[in-house]
Amino acid sequence: MTPPDHLLAASPGWLADALPFAFAAGLVYVLLQAAWFRATVVEMGSTLELAAATALRLHHLPRRSRWLMEQLFAAGVRNLHVVLLVGLFMGMIVSLQTGIELSRFGQQDQIGTIVAASMTREMGPFITSVVLAATTGSALAAELGTMSVSDELSALEVMSVDRTSFLVVPRVAALMIIAPVLTVLCDTIGIVGGGFVASSQLGVPLAQYTETALDALQEKGALIPVPMDVYSGLFKSIIFGGLIAIISCASGLVARGGALGVGRATSRAVRDSIIAVIVANYFLTWFLYR
Amino acid sequence: MTNDAGSPPPTPERDVILRFEDVHKAFGAQRVLRGLSFDVQRGKVLGIMGGSGTGKSVALRHVIGLLQPDAGRVEVEGRNVPDLSAGELSDLRKRMGYVFQEGALINWLTVEENLALPLVENTDLGRGEIADRVAEKLAMVHIPDAGKKLPSEISGGMKKRVGLARALIVEPDILLYDEPNAGLDPEISRSINELMREIAESHESTALVVEHRVDCIRTVCDEVVFLHEGEAIVHQPTEEFLRPSHPRLIEFLGPDALT
Repeated sequence: MTPPDHLLAASPGWLADALPFAFAAGLVYVLLQAAWFRATVVEMGSTLELAAATALRLHHLPRRSRWLMEQLFAAGVRNLHVVLLVGLFMGMIVSLQTGIELSRFGQQDQIGTIVAASMTREMGPFITSVVLAATTGSALAAELGTMSVSDELSALEVMSVDRTSFLVVPRVAALMIIAPVLTVLCDTIGIVGGGFVASSQLGVPLAQYTETALDALQEKGALIPVPMDVYSGLFKSIIFGGLIAIISCASGLVARGGALGVGRATSRAVRDSIIAVIVANYFLTWFLYR
Repeated sequence: MTNDAGSPPPTPERDVILRFEDVHKAFGAQRVLRGLSFDVQRGKVLGIMGGSGTGKSVALRHVIGLLQPDAGRVEVEGRNVPDLSAGELSDLRKRMGYVFQEGALINWLTVEENLALPLVENTDLGRGEIADRVAEKLAMVHIPDAGKKLPSEISGGMKKRVGLARALIVEPDILLYDEPNAGLDPEISRSINELMREIAESHESTALVVEHRVDCIRTVCDEVVFLHEGEAIVHQPTEEFLRPSHPRLIEFLGPDALT
C-alpha cells in the first residue's frame, strides 16, 4: 500500500521518503491487532521452528529407517493410483484444450510440445503435490493431532524421546523422496494421455506427437544432464513434498481439544499446504526460468 | 491445611523428595491452583484426592515439567523444576515414570515396542538386554503374552498395565499415577491397586497417585492430600484421612465410601 500521489507531492522531501514506511508500519500495527493475524504469525513461526529443528535432525534418519519405509509405503503406494488417474486426465485435458485452439491455426502438430512442457514444468509437480496434501498431508495432521489430544505426545516428552526426531524427520524425508517419484510417473502418464487424445480426437499421428513431445524435452540442464523441464519439475516437487510434510506435522503437533481440534488441524494442514505450494511454485519458477 | 493428631507435619529431619510451595496456576481466567503446598517423603506413596477440576492432574503435570507454575515452587530433590535447563529436565524425567489416565500408548507400536522405546532412545543397552527387561516388566504387571499386540487390540485394563510397565521400565525413583482406576470395573480396579501396592513395596520408590476412589487410596497410599479449590486443605496419613473430621472431606467422601 502506498500513499496517494497528491499527498506525496505536497510533502517535504524527508516526509515523502518516510511516508511509505509509516504506512507500512501502520498497516502491520493494524494487522497485529487482529487476533487471526497474530495467530497466523505465531503459527508460521512455529512451523519455521519445526522446519529448522527437522533440518538439524536429518542425520537421525538412519535410526528411523523403519518408520521411513512405512511412510514411503503410505505416501507412495497408497497414492499411486490417484496420482496416475489425475495425471492421465490432466494430460488429456491439456491436450484437448490446446489442440482445439491450435487446430484453428493449423498448428495441432505442436500439441506434443505443449503437453510435455506443461506436464513436466508445472502440472506434474503441482498435481502430485495437491494429491499428497489432500491424502498424506491430512493423514499426517490427523495422526499427530490424535497423538496430541490423547497424551501420546506428552508421553514421549516425559520419556525424554525427541518427538521431532522420532515423528517428524521420517515423515518429512519420506515426502521429499516420494514426491519426485510420483511426479515422474504423473508426468509420464499425462504425456501418454495427451498422446491418446491427440491421435484419437485431434487427428495428430502418434509418431508425430511423440517426436514433438520428446523434442520439447531435449534441452539439458547445465548441472544435471537430464532435460531442464524434467529436473526443474523434480526440484519443485522435492520442495513441495517438504513443505507439505512440515506444515502438516506442525498442524498436528499443536492440535488441542479432542476430535474437533484434530478436525481443525487436518483442514488447516491441507489448506496451508496448498497455499504454500502455490506461493512456492511462483518463486521457484521465477528462480529456475528467469 | 488440617493436620490432626498423628498427622505428618513437615519437619526438617524428614527426607523430603518432592515439595509444592505456594503454587499457582491459571488457564486464562480459570484459576486452577491457588497456593498449593505439600511435601512428599522419600519412599512414601502420597495420594492426591479431590473433586473434578480441583487441579489434581494439573499438579501432577507440574512435577514432570509438562506444565509451568505461574507462581510458587515445585521442587524435586531440592531443585525447582521450572528453573531446570532442557538437559537437566530430560535427565530428571529419565528417573521418573508417569502413568497416564488412558495409558497414552503409542498406537502404531506394539506393546513390546512401547515398553522398549525409552530404553532404545535414551540408553546404550543392547537388544537382548532390552528384550529381557521388557519381558520382566510385562511379567510383573501380569500380562507376559501381550507383547506382540497393538494397543488397539488390548482392553482398557491391559492398557493401564502396559502404561504402568512402561513407566517402570526405566526403574524410576519417582512414579506418578494419573487416575490409574479411571474407567475400569471394580475387579480390574482392585487388581491394579494391588499391583501398585506390590510395586511400591518391592521398588521402594516414591509415588504420587491422583485418584478419587477410596479403595485405591486405602490399598495403595501411605498419606493423602485433599485438594479443594486449588489448595491442599487436608494432609494426613491414610488411616486418619479415612476417618475425616474436615466438613468438606466428610461431604466429599460420604458415609458409604468409608465402610
